[in-house]
Amino acid sequence: MSYLLTLSPAYAEIFLLVMASAILIADLFVVSKERTLTYVLVQLTLLGCALITTVTHEPNVMQLFNGMFVGDAMSDVLKLLSYLAVSMALAYSRHYLLVRGLFTGEFMVLTLFALLGMMVMISAAHFMTLYIGLELLSLSLYAMVALQRDSVAATEAAMKYFVLGALASGLLLYGMSMLYGATGALGIAAISDAIRHGVENKELLVFGLVFVVAGLAFKLGVVPFHMWVPDVYHGAPTAVTILISSAPKLAVFAFVMRILVDGLQPLMMHWSGMLAILAVLSMAIGNIVAIAQTNIKRMLAYSTIAHMGFLLLGVLSGGTDGYGAAMFYAVTYVLMSLGGFGMIMLLSREGFEADMLDDFKGLNQRSPWLAFMMLILMFSMAGVPPTAGFYAKLSVLQAVIDAGHIPLAVMAVLFSLIGAFYYLRIVKLMYFDSPDSNAPISVRFDNGLLISVNGLAILALGIMPGALITVCAMAVQQSLLLR
Amino acid sequence: MIFEFPLLSLAVWLPILFGVLVLATGNDRNASLARIIALVGAVLGFLVTIPLYVDFDKAQTAMQFVELQDWIPYYNIHYHLGVDGISVLFVLLNSFFTPLVVIAGWKVIEKRVAQYMAAFLIMSGLVNGVFVSLDAVLFYVFWEAMLIPMFIIIGVWGGSNRVYAAIKFFLYTFLGSVLMLIALLYLHIQSGGSFSILDFHKMPIPMTAQVLVFIAFFMAFSVKVPMFPVHTWLPDAHVEAPTGGSVVLAAILLKVGAYGFIRFSMPIVPDASHYLAGVMIALSLIAVVYIGLVALTQTDMKKLVAYSSISHMGFVTLGFFIFNAYGMEGALIQMLSHGFVSGALFLCIGVLYDRMHTRNIADYGGVASKMPVFAAFFVLFAMANVGLPGTSGFVGEFMVIMGTIKTNFWYAFMAASILIFGAAYTLWMVKRVIFGAVTNQNVERLTDITLREKLVLTILALSVMGMGLYPLPFTEIMHTSVNDLLTHVSHSKL
Repeated sequence: MSYLLTLSPAYAEIFLLVMASAILIADLFVVSKERTLTYVLVQLTLLGCALITTVTHEPNVMQLFNGMFVGDAMSDVLKLLSYLAVSMALAYSRHYLLVRGLFTGEFMVLTLFALLGMMVMISAAHFMTLYIGLELLSLSLYAMVALQRDSVAATEAAMKYFVLGALASGLLLYGMSMLYGATGALGIAAISDAIRHGVENKELLVFGLVFVVAGLAFKLGVVPFHMWVPDVYHGAPTAVTILISSAPKLAVFAFVMRILVDGLQPLMMHWSGMLAILAVLSMAIGNIVAIAQTNIKRMLAYSTIAHMGFLLLGVLSGGTDGYGAAMFYAVTYVLMSLGGFGMIMLLSREGFEADMLDDFKGLNQRSPWLAFMMLILMFSMAGVPPTAGFYAKLSVLQAVIDAGHIPLAVMAVLFSLIGAFYYLRIVKLMYFDSPDSNAPISVRFDNGLLISVNGLAILALGIMPGALITVCAMAVQQSLLLR
Repeated sequence: MIFEFPLLSLAVWLPILFGVLVLATGNDRNASLARIIALVGAVLGFLVTIPLYVDFDKAQTAMQFVELQDWIPYYNIHYHLGVDGISVLFVLLNSFFTPLVVIAGWKVIEKRVAQYMAAFLIMSGLVNGVFVSLDAVLFYVFWEAMLIPMFIIIGVWGGSNRVYAAIKFFLYTFLGSVLMLIALLYLHIQSGGSFSILDFHKMPIPMTAQVLVFIAFFMAFSVKVPMFPVHTWLPDAHVEAPTGGSVVLAAILLKVGAYGFIRFSMPIVPDASHYLAGVMIALSLIAVVYIGLVALTQTDMKKLVAYSSISHMGFVTLGFFIFNAYGMEGALIQMLSHGFVSGALFLCIGVLYDRMHTRNIADYGGVASKMPVFAAFFVLFAMANVGLPGTSGFVGEFMVIMGTIKTNFWYAFMAASILIFGAAYTLWMVKRVIFGAVTNQNVERLTDITLREKLVLTILALSVMGMGLYPLPFTEIMHTSVNDLLTHVSHSKL
């Protein structure tokens, strides 16, 4: 019994696993097409997880399973935000999937398992747990992309995602094995200690680092490891795209923090250079190629690549400011991405995908409120105040300049200027052009409420960002004290 | 101070609040309600700024009506508002123009009325925010945010080429702004973690950094002024914008850039300002002379006034960078006067455009015989644009030339050419549009201005004449602040 008490940081994971299995079985007995029971159970599970994480929160860092699993402020904050993101993604996609006949129990259970993978990644303090979490997340996502069996694009996307993802996992494992060879340890803290005390085979260590960074870059989807992003975002059903593009980014951020910052901090001079190259390439290619897109899902995919590049700038600047800024960036990005893909699903109808840029033509005439929400989302992605996206960029730039990388900051703002163009184009389509069709937009009340809350949250965070910035900085600070 | 009331917050947020209210009236079925709420909001917004002038302590150099609150504690960003003798005038100018713009668009705007009115009210609040912010991030937020309503105004209610103009306007100004953001962050770090503009004023900065910061600020502010050679967005934006948009652009938004020079560039990096003054003066003179000549060749009335604006704003930057009291005060008066005059001219062109749906000078002729009252107003404003003594245009230009001649005779000589070129392009336009024989059927059918238009133009005419005959209320309020600024700028910060 007393052993069970020491597991408190993992209660949420245990609860989620039990519930996911239970829902899998319970769903067999649900007959209605609506699957209301399953859906409610899933949302309740997420709520329960949130309660557990809040209640079990400890002010100090907790380690369990022989140091393989860690519970700290950063993990708790990121987990809570992940529940929120997954819950919102599900709420956005419910109706969309229902009319397409894809709203199955498997979809929801896979979502929960993906979330479990994210949570394990977020709390991992050991290469083993990190890898298990990553694979659980990735495999669930591969299956979800392929869920729409009769769609060629989805199948192709799933294939690509799987092959490239497996390659990335391989790279990551290879790098981890080299690090193990050089340090003799698999635990994050142990590796950090070993490097600090001096490693005989420095080449092996740096080689391992290169492979690990390449693997991470694959998972983040930054240039030159970005090829899968547009195809998967485009090919997958939008309900899956919204999942891929939201909560997992928080998990990958935690992944980067655990491996690079907690584990390989002594090698920062090596990896910060690599990240700088990845970041600049991502911002350049992401923003420039996005201009050429006519499909909004592809456009948002390239915009993701650019955003991830910006996020890396925060990580490579280092310090509480840098990591806190990167975390804040990840959180705002998730909010914006949920809104963006949520909007696509909102405008889609049975047999019609609103995934072309032209589908946004004249939206202001058809529905001024939805157009206004999209306007907020687009200006936030472009980093124009008063929206949350501006403060995300501001805090990252502040960290970059504080670290003395002024040329990087100048490049970052110039590329975001290029980025502003394609976000503006959406605003232009919505406000300046006339609609192609005047088919009325029927938005279900719950979805309309959700997108309003989402958009207004971005605006509210743009006016009062102080609290979230402080939370992110404090969460990261505690994780840094660990070392 | 008599009032401990947060007047500045009111000046910023009241119009924004009313803007949101107007938006809430929804679609065009409630258009008349939207118009009324907008007018009430605009008038109230102006009324709350009047105490700023009345209770202003003219002898004091420090910021007045200060409000200071924590905003983003982690980065030491504050909600810090305050005005000095310079910014208070621009708050007044901006708030004064909002009701006029609302009235001017009363009948003309028929589609999406609520959104149109709301955009102007929100922009009015945001521009006030730019003028009263004493925190760099707060300033930047207002500075960027005001692009959004302007972008929408040009793009939705503009002319045929509006999309191009709107996107060009946005990207042009965004480019300058993001570089300024980097400069502000650099200053933040150098100052040891402050975002207060007043702290930036005091901190020492090495010369190389000063020059770089100056260039970053220059990128942001010169685009807004706009100075040669980054002026090319202005004629497009002006021509395509609806009348109200052109008025606000010319009367208010151009002032924001010039204000940036005196609030940021000159006091924060004075050594670089002195070092690069030659470049600034050269660019200003090019604007005055070359753009004046360009204006001469225009066939579109709005374009002509747009180029005339650039040329007049060249005078303003010239006045700043000769670093003496005459130049500075003259430049500030010129800014105010140009606000009234160019705003009025755009309104006049709007009056013609609403009737004829063309801005081509060649399509007009002999308007005076059909619209005598209108013609009188138009000629008055044209004369003010030329700088005729007795109008507001004269005071500013005269003072800047006086100031310049103390520095260098040839600068003053070149600057004075505005009196000739200005007269040439303005009067030539007046001659072709207003006077002469009635040229075509469309002019024949013109009707004179309505009561609503008369009201707006009379208010502006009184302002222009009042300022020209008795400029003391404007100069005395800015006097202390200008001298303080010049003393500050004369001390090296190396």
